[in-house]
Amino acid sequence: MALISDPDPAPVPSASHASWLPPLPDGSTVTVAPVDAVGLEERAAGLGARSIKTSSKLAALDLAIRCIDLTTLEGTDTPGKVAALCAKAARPDPTMAGIPPVAAVCVYPELVPVAARAVHGTGVRVASVAGSFPAGLGPLEVRLAEIRSAVESGADEIDIVLNRSAFLSGRYQQAFDQIAASKEACGSAHLKVILETGELGSYDQVRRASMLAMVAGADFIKTSTGKIGTNATPPTALCMAEAIRDFADQTGRAVGLKLAGGIRTAKQSWQYLVLVQETLGADWLTPERFRLGASSLLNDVLMQIAKLRTGAYQRPTDFTND
Amino acid sequence: MADSSPTTPTPFDLDYAAAPESTSIVSIAERYSLFIGGDWVEPRSEATFTTVNPATEEPLAEIAEAGADDVDRAVAAARAAFDQWSSWPGRERAKVLYRVARLLQERSREFAVLESIDGGKPIKESRDVDVPLAAAHFFYYAGWADKLGYAFPGQRPSPVGVAAQIIPWNFPLLMASWKLAPALATGNTVVLKPAETTPLTALLLAEVLQEAGMPPGVVNIITGAGATGAALVDHPGIDKVAFTGSTEVGKHIQRSLAGRDVRLTLELGGKAANIVFEDAAIDQAVEGVVNGIYFNQGHVCCAGSRLLVQESVADLLLDKLKRRLDTLRVGDPLDKNTDVGAINSLAQLDKIEELVASGVAEGAQLYQPDCPLPERGWFHRPTLFTDVSLSHRIAREEIFGPVLSVLTFRTPDEAVAKANNTPYGLSAGIWTEKGSRILWMADQLKAGVVWANTFNRLDPTSPFGGYRESGFGREGGRHGLEPYLELTDLVAT
Repeated sequence: MALISDPDPAPVPSASHASWLPPLPDGSTVTVAPVDAVGLEERAAGLGARSIKTSSKLAALDLAIRCIDLTTLEGTDTPGKVAALCAKAARPDPTMAGIPPVAAVCVYPELVPVAARAVHGTGVRVASVAGSFPAGLGPLEVRLAEIRSAVESGADEIDIVLNRSAFLSGRYQQAFDQIAASKEACGSAHLKVILETGELGSYDQVRRASMLAMVAGADFIKTSTGKIGTNATPPTALCMAEAIRDFADQTGRAVGLKLAGGIRTAKQSWQYLVLVQETLGADWLTPERFRLGASSLLNDVLMQIAKLRTGAYQRPTDFTND
Repeated sequence: MADSSPTTPTPFDLDYAAAPESTSIVSIAERYSLFIGGDWVEPRSEATFTTVNPATEEPLAEIAEAGADDVDRAVAAARAAFDQWSSWPGRERAKVLYRVARLLQERSREFAVLESIDGGKPIKESRDVDVPLAAAHFFYYAGWADKLGYAFPGQRPSPVGVAAQIIPWNFPLLMASWKLAPALATGNTVVLKPAETTPLTALLLAEVLQEAGMPPGVVNIITGAGATGAALVDHPGIDKVAFTGSTEVGKHIQRSLAGRDVRLTLELGGKAANIVFEDAAIDQAVEGVVNGIYFNQGHVCCAGSRLLVQESVADLLLDKLKRRLDTLRVGDPLDKNTDVGAINSLAQLDKIEELVASGVAEGAQLYQPDCPLPERGWFHRPTLFTDVSLSHRIAREEIFGPVLSVLTFRTPDEAVAKANNTPYGLSAGIWTEKGSRILWMADQLKAGVVWANTFNRLDPTSPFGGYRESGFGREGGRHGLEPYLELTDLVAT
């Protein structure tokens, strides 16, 4: 007897063969391997011990900047704040030569027009969280309308959240359909699907959600909204990277990885670069396939670059706060 | 993504910078003598041999080679110390062992660096595995020293006497700890002979023992090769032999002890099966297979050198495994980024190469990553053989190198039959998400240790030892006390 009426009862998921997972547009299916938490965490810890120094550190820091989605998602965001962020995104530190622009700025939909004007001609893209961020539980039509509006206002990339209500209760088809509809609403814009991994409960679920999002058409899968306590962690990143590798092996399609929330230090950023390089290969070490969603990471990276160039740490006030 | 950025991105290069551990913390003497009766004494044999850094082929130090006279002196020193040491209250012996453990921790970097220099193993392994586990063994058996009366209810324990302990070159410090800690906790005295290619950490341990207040003669360390070991085993003054090493030498020791009142435990070779079922967490199983065979260059008696994989996932697993092999970094053992270090000796490298050649000649398919190897030193690429049959030499003989033989199976029964079809029986691994299958398999496998969803995981509280040609006796845990104790039945009156 069902205690809660389920509008769309789902088949029971099996461990390795994803009969619960809807097929790809061409009718083929993918499989999802189970995850052993102990082994996954050990491997992630081992990857964190690789040594990045001097020349390779400079290269890693440069890449980290080029992969940043410089983000502001506060209720207090204003056009002025967003314009200042965009200026920093385009020229993170004019006092140091050769600092590249970040990959994108990430803002709320209402501020997309401001951001689009501000980064015009700089190569920085505009990403927008859309679709009832951060819960993703608004009516689907409202969410799709929000996506279309953000794209029309100039967003190049759309970050939506997985419908965890559907996913956690086993309504995989519903979660899948909503991502597929969002992808369609994006048009030519790239779709990033936030899994909110801190709320999924297990690495098995993270892997399943990753596969579901990729099969449904995500261009990127992303860890977190940054709005809850547990965000990107090395084991979670490894779990998603392994899912991306499996998906690429099975379908030939390369999906990007975006890690977000709690990434504040340059050291964290290069540890993630190592993790991606050793799991997915150097082909993923590019802004087209890897992003770091962060707001305070950039200044720490700049500080480390200045340290490598000058031999001394600068004061935090030597870097802009925008 | 259109890239109209104003600056040209730096071409990307995430090559890891060399990060060699500094060797300045270690001072290696030009010459080492023997540690007998609490003193450093010159060998009466007047013979020496050289220990070499396998990663550079450069000599490290001259080591005394103990002859029969020296063995005699060492056994006599151990005998003389026995009455005092065995009569100490357990808590007093425990204090010394705790001090040894803490000193090992305090000097952990020194021990780790020296272990990697002398033996060729990656610093991340000597630092994260060998030294911490060695300290853990001393801590663990220190805890037993004053509780021996409770370890075997209804029986009264007493030490057996003078223990001759011969240890191998793959985990020099760790094996010394495995041997010394239980022997000393139970009140025995010891003559320890480290392997001739890796004597340095055992000799450094002598310093630690002195500093910890170990009474003179309780531990004697004599260096030398096979002849020294044979003289020790043949000595009439010993009560117990504990040997870890090759099956061939183990059999020889067993023959030479036949008919004598000398106890024996043997920890010999292995050819472990690492069994992956189709429902396993495949990516983590790949890591476990890599750790099972490429850890310590495969110089591990319990290495998972035979991969048994269920046919339905064999191609998938092998694809992933080969890709993972391509990321293994072979090179300078002192570099933190090194995954696979140097082969311990030229003789061992020759043996590995001979067995790899036999695998190719017998028709198995060879896979090796295209990784660069250092120009100097003894190195071997991580190696994988597919299309292996049980009758191939590479599936039967212990290679003791980074060489994995892959076989397939279809049913759990077949996996068990193939896993047990070996002269050895030291360890096995099972990879499956199904708990009931783990328990069923563990019951069927003739191996002293069965790991589930992990491999090569050692712990002082867990007994370790073999079946069949992998030897007998257990080290670690409460079981590890038994070989060093006479147990007398207590009858209540």
